[in-house]
Amino acid sequence: MINELLFMNGYAVYVMSAFGFTLLSFLGLYTITKLQFVKEQSKFVAKFGSLNPEKANSAKTQRINKEILADATNN
Amino acid sequence: MFKILEPNKIFQITSKAPKYILFLFVVVLSVGLTEALILSPEDYKQSDAVRIMYVHVPSAWISLGIFSSITLLSISGFIFKNKNFFLMAKSLAPSGFVFNIIALVTGAIWGKPTWGTWWAWDARVTSMLILALFFAMYLIAWRIYEKEEKVFKITTFITVVGIINVPITKYSVEWWNTLHQPASINILTKSSIHSSMLFPLLLMTAAFALFSLLIFLMKYNTELIKIKNKGLDRL
Repeated sequence: MINELLFMNGYAVYVMSAFGFTLLSFLGLYTITKLQFVKEQSKFVAKFGSLNPEKANSAKTQRINKEILADATNN
Repeated sequence: MFKILEPNKIFQITSKAPKYILFLFVVVLSVGLTEALILSPEDYKQSDAVRIMYVHVPSAWISLGIFSSITLLSISGFIFKNKNFFLMAKSLAPSGFVFNIIALVTGAIWGKPTWGTWWAWDARVTSMLILALFFAMYLIAWRIYEKEEKVFKITTFITVVGIINVPITKYSVEWWNTLHQPASINILTKSSIHSSMLFPLLLMTAAFALFSLLIFLMKYNTELIKIKNKGLDRL
């Protein structure tokens, strides 16, 4: 069975390269998207940290800001 | 009317959803790959080369679906003056483009053992290449134009022109003599594909759809945080 899977009647090189290209593209897109997300999240946390307490409290009244900070802490 | 879609309200969901979607994607993809590579039968004519269908066809379907969704969202953004629609459209584009490239590359790989050539200027292949160019133009437009009003107009124009190519791609196999075979799967009439091949095909389509949803959510969250970063600059 393993031989069949590896040989595929002579088509294995085509089948495996098509599946391999697909999975590599997935991995590449996921990694790039994740890195972009982490970069923006870190920027947000750094900017938030540099705010004075009054402005930080004002910004914290927005639920989405709290969510971003909480998400950054969890990650 | 679209208050439920306000970023402030949905971020709570969109920020938590990716980990569950990722888990589901890995499960469905694992089952799909097992079915596609091991359990599904070989074709009587194409032998094992037919297995390429399980990555080629879902990629093509999803890239066409994403382009249609981007067009619909862009037009809705204009009609309802809602920036969030444009943001959603922008977040869908990267996965649509990647699926389009996957369809082209895996199609070329499939072409070699079945048609004897990597590339043919066949109507469907050419229209898929044109679709990739529209995806590229759409993504480039978001990168080069900074003014919101301008980028909204230009990207909508690109999608409205590009959507003409979607039915051409779909019906190209019926309108012209092409190397591609006519559609084997029909929603309204009986499909000519056997269930032992249809099942892995649908599983792989589900896995690919989950992956595009995952990328969409991650990209959408990134865009929302970008906006919030600009907001903090103004404080």
